[in-house]
Amino acid sequence: MPSESPENPSLAAVSRWRRMLLIRRFEETVARLLAERRLGGTTHLCIGQEAVAVGVCGSMERRDQVVSNHRGHGHLLAKGGDPARLLAELAGRVAGYCRGKGGSQHVAVPDIGFMGSNGITGGGIPIALGLALAAKRAKDDRVVVSMFGDGACATGNFHECLNMAALWRVPLIFCCENNLYAMSHPAEAGLSAGSPTRWAASYGDMPVETVDGNDVEAVRGAYLRLAEKVRQGGGPAFLEALTYRLCGHSRSDARLYRTREEENTWKERDPIRRSGEALRDQGLGEQLEAMKESVEEEIAAAVAHAMASPPGDEALARGGLFAPEETP
Amino acid sequence: MTPTPLSFREAVREAMAEAMRADPSVFLMGEDIGVYGGAFGVSKGLLDEFGPDRVLQTPISENSFVGAAVGAAAGGLRPIVEIMFADFLTCCTDALVNHAAKFRYMYDGKLTVPMVLRTPMGRRFGYGATHSQSPEAFFLHVPGLKVVAPHSPNDAKALLLASIHDPDPVLFFEHKLLYDTVEERSSGDETVRLGEARVVRPGRDVTLISYARGVTLSLEAASALVEQGIQCEVIDLRTLAPMDVATCIASVRRTGRAVVVSEDCLTGGVASAVAVELGERAFEYLLGPIARVSAVDVPVPSGPVLEDAVMVSSEEIARQAQHLVRSY
Ligand SMILES: Cc1ncc(C[n+]2csc(CCOP(=O)(O)OP(=O)(O)O)c2C)c(N)n1
Repeated sequence: MPSESPENPSLAAVSRWRRMLLIRRFEETVARLLAERRLGGTTHLCIGQEAVAVGVCGSMERRDQVVSNHRGHGHLLAKGGDPARLLAELAGRVAGYCRGKGGSQHVAVPDIGFMGSNGITGGGIPIALGLALAAKRAKDDRVVVSMFGDGACATGNFHECLNMAALWRVPLIFCCENNLYAMSHPAEAGLSAGSPTRWAASYGDMPVETVDGNDVEAVRGAYLRLAEKVRQGGGPAFLEALTYRLCGHSRSDARLYRTREEENTWKERDPIRRSGEALRDQGLGEQLEAMKESVEEEIAAAVAHAMASPPGDEALARGGLFAPEETP
Repeated sequence: MTPTPLSFREAVREAMAEAMRADPSVFLMGEDIGVYGGAFGVSKGLLDEFGPDRVLQTPISENSFVGAAVGAAAGGLRPIVEIMFADFLTCCTDALVNHAAKFRYMYDGKLTVPMVLRTPMGRRFGYGATHSQSPEAFFLHVPGLKVVAPHSPNDAKALLLASIHDPDPVLFFEHKLLYDTVEERSSGDETVRLGEARVVRPGRDVTLISYARGVTLSLEAASALVEQGIQCEVIDLRTLAPMDVATCIASVRRTGRAVVVSEDCLTGGVASAVAVELGERAFEYLLGPIARVSAVDVPVPSGPVLEDAVMVSSEEIARQAQHLVRSY
């Protein structure tokens, strides 16, 4: 991903648009491969939520660390992940980041600061707290981000970790992607506080922001403001990004808990279209067209690469439970 | 040099202190481990030497601080966590089972968890059902966890050091009634590897296999049987996972008889796990059935007479051993 150059802010915005499109096309491709039964298992797509992934994870420094949740493909791709290796992971192939042992919900790429997607709702929040503790101990100015949904805000982990992070003043940014539903359960029926930020604000003196999660530049701005405070030793911060999942919860979801009208109003606010329109208004339409093509090429190459890779063998499945024995 | 005594409690404390002196990434986490020294006084004095950052006292948030230990370990630190009573492991099972134990395998070695979780288990003077259980067998069913439960103070020290140095998560059980036991301090730099049982008393007629305080009871039974001309071999498993079945088989091969003693309740307990291994792998050496001596399948009652009525006694062990020797 091209890095932000101060001389050319609109090119950087174009590259964010491209990254969002790459995530969208990746997710759509996964959906197609699942429908064609070329992929198995289950998966949670982030269609509609790309601006949060790119605005937050795409704005992190490489050394910064993110702990993701079950809906993590976008987080990984925004942090600099390779779509070919992620797809290979979903397909259970050795070219996958975890050689097919992890699958959609359990990918880790520590080299780029991606400290695991996580299949337990709220399970990643304590992991992020511990990484932030290690970051504070190391005294480098690394920050850690914990990504989770509105549903996870009802877990004990959420409250316990906000409390401890505030007590210990660790460099941790809690980022809630509030997409209004936890599977089928509406956020308003799950969170007695109405908004998770009301809870967050009551833990110590945590800075809290709520942002339009379908506006990538706004998400980025809010993230960078909070990250700056956290990096300077101000303790944890909380970011709520309001967004919407423009697809089912997982592989099979008839979406009986919400109306098509509601979905349509959110389609109007599609983050990729919005950012694309803004960039076209700036006369960058041609660049976008070129990028569209390069995204298609990248996705096609990812599919070809992933599917050409073989699955692991029995030795791989049986091994790797513990570190290899050291010979004394 | 005059022999110096070592208590089990001191052994655990010394192992932690030595590891902390040698490696700045080692630190303690847990409830009331600072000034109070932990519920059983094991970490007393360590706050003075190492300060509050390395003797990190936590609020009562078991799942989250164990999860944070997992994250800290994945982030390069070496946490030693205390859970105040082993019964409370139920409150951090997600962090332990879904996270600590699974990370190395499911992330294909990308994230690893070198942490130790220490916890006191077992009956003690009528603490009652929620403060007396011996839940170690639950965790034998969790691939990716090592489980240690020492009997002697010297082993406690050596095994705790080995656990701290181990690159994978170790669950370290300390029997409450052993804390005050004392033995002569062994010569020093004796290292013990995880996964090695020890023959603590040789004998030719029947093998008594146990761990932790069950070894004390087995040794009592062995002494009592001497006057009847029965020579018991007593094996201390020391580590329950991985279990040193080979040492047990080698002994049974000589004696032809086995009594397995565990202070947890009978069904699905540690004794069952040992008995199954022997039944499968030592069948041809056995002269009679394998006997199990364990607690009755009830929660541990509080009143002392009631507690005695359901717990393992050395008399029962002796009875079972004698029965095997007389009948087969
Ligand atoms: C402990 C646990 N409970 C339930 C589930 C099943 N589950 C997976 S995702 C999910 C909803 C999570 O909602 P939210 O945190 O808002 O994230 P979103 O799916 O909206 O991105 C549920 C119930 C789980 N994976 N883990």
